[in-house]
Amino acid sequence: MAGIMRERFVGVTTELLDVHENLALVTADLTAGLFRSARESHPDRVVNLGIREQLLVSVAGGLSLAGMRPIAHSFAPFLVERPFEQIKIDLNHQDVGAILVSAGASYDMASSGRSHQSPGDVALLATLPDWTIHVPGHPDEAEAQLREAATGDGLVYVRLSNQSNSEPYGLDSGQGFRVLRRGTQATVIAVGPVADAVLQATEQLDVTVLYAATIRPFDAGGLRAVVRDQAAPSVVLVEPYLSGTSTAEVADALVDRPHRILSLGVGKEELRNYGSPRQHAIAHGLGPAGLRLRISSFLSS
Amino acid sequence: MQENQTRERVVDSAPYGFDDLAGLMSRMTGDEKHSEAATSTMDALWVLYDRVLNVDSSLREDRDRFYLSKGHGPQAFYAVLCAKGFFAPELFDMFGAFRSPLGYHPDRALVPGVEISSGSLGHGLPLAVGTALGLRARGLDGSRLWVMLGDGEFDEGSNHEAVAYAARAGLDRLNAVVIDNHSATQGWPGGLESRFAAEGWATRRVDGRDHDALERAFTAPHPGRPALVVADVGAPGDR
Repeated sequence: MAGIMRERFVGVTTELLDVHENLALVTADLTAGLFRSARESHPDRVVNLGIREQLLVSVAGGLSLAGMRPIAHSFAPFLVERPFEQIKIDLNHQDVGAILVSAGASYDMASSGRSHQSPGDVALLATLPDWTIHVPGHPDEAEAQLREAATGDGLVYVRLSNQSNSEPYGLDSGQGFRVLRRGTQATVIAVGPVADAVLQATEQLDVTVLYAATIRPFDAGGLRAVVRDQAAPSVVLVEPYLSGTSTAEVADALVDRPHRILSLGVGKEELRNYGSPRQHAIAHGLGPAGLRLRISSFLSS
Repeated sequence: MQENQTRERVVDSAPYGFDDLAGLMSRMTGDEKHSEAATSTMDALWVLYDRVLNVDSSLREDRDRFYLSKGHGPQAFYAVLCAKGFFAPELFDMFGAFRSPLGYHPDRALVPGVEISSGSLGHGLPLAVGTALGLRARGLDGSRLWVMLGDGEFDEGSNHEAVAYAARAGLDRLNAVVIDNHSATQGWPGGLESRFAAEGWATRRVDGRDHDALERAFTAPHPGRPALVVADVGAPGDR
């Protein structure tokens, strides 16, 4: 029910709370039940605030001001969108660090409707400086990102999802792009859980496929290195959240040369459909067939 | 113990008294008349920094913390910090200038002694709840927190999340000071303290210009629960 990445988050965080004495976990009812044993072990550092999401982010900021390393967790719409000004003021503007861990992603809870879907979370956070934004495509990646974040002191967002790749492509590649496949006609950047669909969609195509489980900071140097010998690179960006979220990052990376960009992701329009995540992926053109159609069309244009 | 610390600080502090604050503020505003926002907080701020808070420019980890949530009109706050030796009065001459650390809303990254950056209303009390939890988790049991907000600021819904939770969590190191100049547009029938009391806070309402009354209210014990002091400074028209 909770999804495999969220279960990993609960297990890893419970362990990290035992190891790191300044680590704190703050929830607003969601997932709080899964942290019962952690709360029994560390009642002062595992705090459930009730359904109070503005307070959730502010408390994270206040904990950090007191010298703690806070993790705040809720579903993405209630962690990023609802208390966005708290993120801007109580974290960034206070010049403190925190770890925000969301669940639900763009449409994991498709049947719950728009209120529980947050395709805009990465775009929103990307308007603020200093955020490391992880989009894990596998529970192992999420675990590594959580472990690293717990020992740091910066601003880190971990966007958990029930969607997952067959392999942890991003493990051991640091935060930069990892080359999954080499080709000459275009460079396709797959972010987090869309990687398997991208690999399937581009199977017969002469393209390079890059993988990122971390999208901010954007690995401009990695992209430039891959397209170094191309006179006019074509870049396809496939993101599992709002389409175009990283288009400007690609354009900035290639500012000194002619290039083309195709941005694929979740559309801005509300679908007003329920159903399954898979149905939503297809509706947004993010299934293998939809991706292949649009990428092929871009390559031949 | 607390009284002794207070007395020592008074002896050690910079050679400024309450009567010097208006002069310090005039270096920012250019005259002796100040806006309501700037002066309504002056007495409560002075009593806190002169008689109550265990804090000085060394900013020890186990210090008391003061969070100015009501960041608008910070001149009195800056004047009190300067009077207590956190920075030199020369900074006042640049008030609001591009490279000045002193702006129209305080920035903790720029001003020594400023614990939170404020300006947008409704952030100080929720932040303080987090800090109170953090100090408790770290075992810094001697550190207390004061948050200053306004009765108009209490309109912001984020405060209500903090008021309810702080009491339920028994955050007795947390103290809120509301400067009540009766400016909330819809008012608070029965007094805004009734909302805190219903959640389990200890509450007091005192004359916001009476230093002894403010000190008594600030130092009254409130075991097991957070405390609110409403410093009533009257409506602007009353002054």
